[in-house]
Amino acid sequence: MTAALQVEGLNRSFGALRVTRDVDLTLERGARCALIGPNGAGKTTLINLITGVLAPSAGRVLLDGNDVTNTSQAERARCGLARTFQINQLFRGLTVLENVAMAISERDGHANNLWRAVGSKSVILDEALDHLDSLRMVDDALKLVRELPYGRQRLVEIAIALAQRPRVLLLDEPAAGVPSSESHLILDVVASLDPDIAILIIEHDMDVVMRFAREITVLVQGAVLTQGTPAAIMADEQVRAVYLGQEGHRAGHKGSAHG
Amino acid sequence: MPHYANIAVSILFDGLAYAMFLFIVSVGLSVTMGLMGFVNLAHGAFAMAGGYLVVSFTRHLGLIPSLILAALVVGAVSVVFERGLYRRLYKATDLDQVMLTIGLAFMAIATATYFYGPIPKSVPLPDWLQGDVNLGFRSFPSYRAFLIVVGAVLIAVLWYAFERTNIGAKIRAAVDNRRMAESVGINVDLLFTLTFAVGSALAALGGGLAIQLFGLSPSFAVLYLVLFLIVVSVGGLGSLKGTLLAALVLGIFDTAGKYLFADAGGFFVYAVTVAVLLVKPAGFYGREQ
Amino acid sequence: MQPERAAARERAAQYLIRRHSYHWGEALPWLIAIACFFIFPDRMTFGSQVLIAVMFALSLDLILGYAGIVTLGHAAFFGIGAYTVGLGAAKFGWHEPISGLFAAAMASAFIGFVSGWFLLRYRGLTLLMLTLATAIMLQETGNLRSDLSGGYDGLPGLEFKPLFGVFDYDLYGHTNFLYVLVTLAVVFYVARRIVYSPFGQALTGIRENVRRMHAIGSPVHRRLVTVYTIAAGIAGIAGALFTQTNAYVTLTVFDFDNSAKVMIMLILGGTGRLYGAFIGAAVYMIMEDYFSKMSPTFWQFGIGLMLVLAVLFAHRGLLGVITDAARRFQRSRKP
Repeated sequence: MTAALQVEGLNRSFGALRVTRDVDLTLERGARCALIGPNGAGKTTLINLITGVLAPSAGRVLLDGNDVTNTSQAERARCGLARTFQINQLFRGLTVLENVAMAISERDGHANNLWRAVGSKSVILDEALDHLDSLRMVDDALKLVRELPYGRQRLVEIAIALAQRPRVLLLDEPAAGVPSSESHLILDVVASLDPDIAILIIEHDMDVVMRFAREITVLVQGAVLTQGTPAAIMADEQVRAVYLGQEGHRAGHKGSAHG
Repeated sequence: MPHYANIAVSILFDGLAYAMFLFIVSVGLSVTMGLMGFVNLAHGAFAMAGGYLVVSFTRHLGLIPSLILAALVVGAVSVVFERGLYRRLYKATDLDQVMLTIGLAFMAIATATYFYGPIPKSVPLPDWLQGDVNLGFRSFPSYRAFLIVVGAVLIAVLWYAFERTNIGAKIRAAVDNRRMAESVGINVDLLFTLTFAVGSALAALGGGLAIQLFGLSPSFAVLYLVLFLIVVSVGGLGSLKGTLLAALVLGIFDTAGKYLFADAGGFFVYAVTVAVLLVKPAGFYGREQ
Repeated sequence: MQPERAAARERAAQYLIRRHSYHWGEALPWLIAIACFFIFPDRMTFGSQVLIAVMFALSLDLILGYAGIVTLGHAAFFGIGAYTVGLGAAKFGWHEPISGLFAAAMASAFIGFVSGWFLLRYRGLTLLMLTLATAIMLQETGNLRSDLSGGYDGLPGLEFKPLFGVFDYDLYGHTNFLYVLVTLAVVFYVARRIVYSPFGQALTGIRENVRRMHAIGSPVHRRLVTVYTIAAGIAGIAGALFTQTNAYVTLTVFDFDNSAKVMIMLILGGTGRLYGAFIGAAVYMIMEDYFSKMSPTFWQFGIGLMLVLAVLFAHRGLLGVITDAARRFQRSRKP
C-alpha cells in the first residue's frame, strides 16, 4: 500500500552548512510517529522541507505516492498535508470561528467567491463548529484569538490544521509554550485524533512521546540516527548516549527556537 | 581624439561625476536601511538641508569649509531626530515608516521654501574650481573633476573604515545578522546612531556638492529621492560595494541615455532598475530575505 | 442538533451577518454628498473631483488596506484609465462616456493583471521600487509619444456625448457630479461585496498572516493578482471620470505625486475600512483647496505635520478617531 508520506534521501545545505543529511522517512496511513533529537538537530527544518517552506538540495517528498518535491506549500496543503507551527501562526485579529473557517473555505474553494457574504454557506459554519466541538472550544468560537490564553490559542492552531481534513499531519511541538497546567488539553487532543490520519509529532517531552508514538525517529545533526519502536529506542545505546543520557530532564515544555 | 571616442570619454566623465554624487548621498541610506530596516524617505531632505546650509555658509566662508560645516551640522541634528523620533518606529510597519518620513520631508521642503524661496539657488565657486582642467589629452570641467576626486577619497576612507576597523566589522556583522550581533555584545543601538549621523552628514555633503551640478530648490528633497532609493535597492541594502556599483551603473547609464537619446534618456535608469530587481530582488549585493 | 449547539450556531451566524449587514451610519456619506449638491450648487465641479479622489482612494484601499500590499505606482492605473478615454475622444472619435468607462476599466485592469502577475512576487522595498519604476516608465513612454499623448501639455478641449444620449452637460457641472456620484455608488457596492466575501476574508488572512495562508493551501499569489487587477480597474474608472469631467488630460496624471497623495488620503482617513477612503479623500481635497490657495507652503507643511501626527498618534486614521469616540460615547451612555 502506498505510504501517506514518503521522504527519500532528503538533503538541505545552507552554503557549506549541511542541515539535513540523507533523511529517509515513511509514514503509513494512520501512523503515529514521533521525531525527537537534541536542539539544533534540524527537526523543524525537516518539517519545513516536507511542507515546502524550504526547497531541498536533493531528495524527494511523496504524498500518497505523488512526487510533490517541486510543488509549493499551498499545493501540498491542498494534497492533504497540514502542519502546526512551533510558534502559533494564527489570525489574531479574527475570531476562533473565522480562523477555522478560513481553512475550510480554502479547502472547499469557497474562498474563491467574490460575491456572496462570509458565513452565507452554512455547511462551512457547521463544519467549523464541529471541529471546535471536538476540541471543546465551541464556547470560545466568537472570541478573538488574541484574547485567548496561550494554551487555548495552541488548540486553535491544531483546529486549523484539522479543518484542512488532512491525510498527513505534522505537529511541531504542539505543547510548546503552554503552561503545564494546560498542556494536558493539547495532549488529550493529540491522543484522540482520527486514526486514519498519518501523524508526525516533534516533541521533547519523553513521557508524551512514549504515550503517543508507535514509532520514533531520532534526528541528530540533520541525519537520522535510528528509527524504531519506543521500546527499541529506549534500549538503544547510541540514543541513550546522544539524547536520553543527557543529565537533567529535557521534559520541559519550553519549546526552543531550534528544532 | 576621434569624435565618438570623445563622446564616450565625456559620457564616462560626466557619468562618473554623477555617480559620485549618487554614491555620496546614497551610501548612508543603504547602510542605515540595511542595519535597521528603517525606510527613511527623509534622507533626501537631509541632502537638501545640507545644500541650503552651504548656500548660507558660503556668504561668509569658502566653499570647502562650508561643505564640511554643513555636513557636521546636519550630522549632529540628525542624531536628535534619530533618538527622539525614528527610534520609536523601528518595529513599525514599512508603511508607517514611509508615511512618517514623507511627512518629515514635506515639512522640510516647506521650511526651506519659507526661508529660501522656491527659486533655485547657486553657490559661488572658488577660482580653482571654475573653468576647465587640462589633463593632457583633453580638458575636463574642473568642478566635476573635483567631485570625482572627493568621491574617490570618500570611497577609500569608507572602504577602510568598513573593512579594516573594528567599528566597520561591527557594522558589517550587525547588518548581516542583528540578533546575533547583539548577543555577542555589540551595541547595535549606538552603532545605528553613529551610522545614521555619518550617513546624514554624507547626504548633506552630497547635497552641497550637487548645487553646482543641478541647482538647489526645495523640491530637491523628493526629486532626487527616487534616484537614491533606486541606487540603494539596486545596490543592495547595507552594502558599500553594492551602493558604489549601482551608483556607477546608474550614473553612467543615465548620462549615456541623456547624451545619446535626449528625450528617451530618462527611461534607462528605470528600465535597468526593473531588470535588476526582477532577477535579483535584493539588489547586486543585498541579502536575500 | 442539541440545543446548546443550535444556539451556538445561531450566535455564530448572527455574528457573521452583523459584520456585513448595512449599518445606518453608512448612509451618511451619501446623504452628505447629496446635501452638498443642494447646498453648494456652485462648487459642483470641485465636488466631482472630490468624489473621483474617493474612488481612487477606495481602489487603493483594496490593495493596501485589505491585502496589505504597499506600492508606489498606483497612479499608473489612474493614468491609463484617464488616457484611454482621452485618446479615445481626441484621436479615435470615441465620445460616448459610459462605454468609455468600460474601456478604461478594461485597459487598466489588463495592465494591472500583467504587472501584478510579475511584480507581486516581491515585497518591501523591492516592490516599492518596481511599482514606482513601472509607473514612471509608463509616464516616460507617454512623453516619448507626445504626438499622441500631448505630453505634459496634454489633450485639451475633449468632448463627450450626453449621458445615455439624454442628459446634457451643464456649465456648472451638475450633471457631471451626479454622474460621478452614481458611478461611485456602483463601484462602492461592488467593492463592499468583495470585501465581505470569502475572497475578501482570504485577503484579510493574507494580510494578517501570510505564512498561515500558504500552510492551509491558499493560492496567495493568485488572490493578490486578482485584487490588484480589480483595484487597477477601479482606479482606471476614476481616471476616466477625471478626463471626462475635466474635458482635459495631461501626463501629470501619472505623477508620483498622485500615488503619494492617494496614499496620504487613505492613511489620514484610515485603511482597511472602505469608508476611510471617503473621509480621507474628502478632508484632504477640501483642506488642499482651502489652504493651498492661502499658502502652498503652509499647506505642504501642514500635510507633512498631519502625516507625522497620524503615524504617531492616530494610527487608524480619522475614521478610527471617529469610531473610537462614538464607542466611548455609547459606553458612557449605558447605565
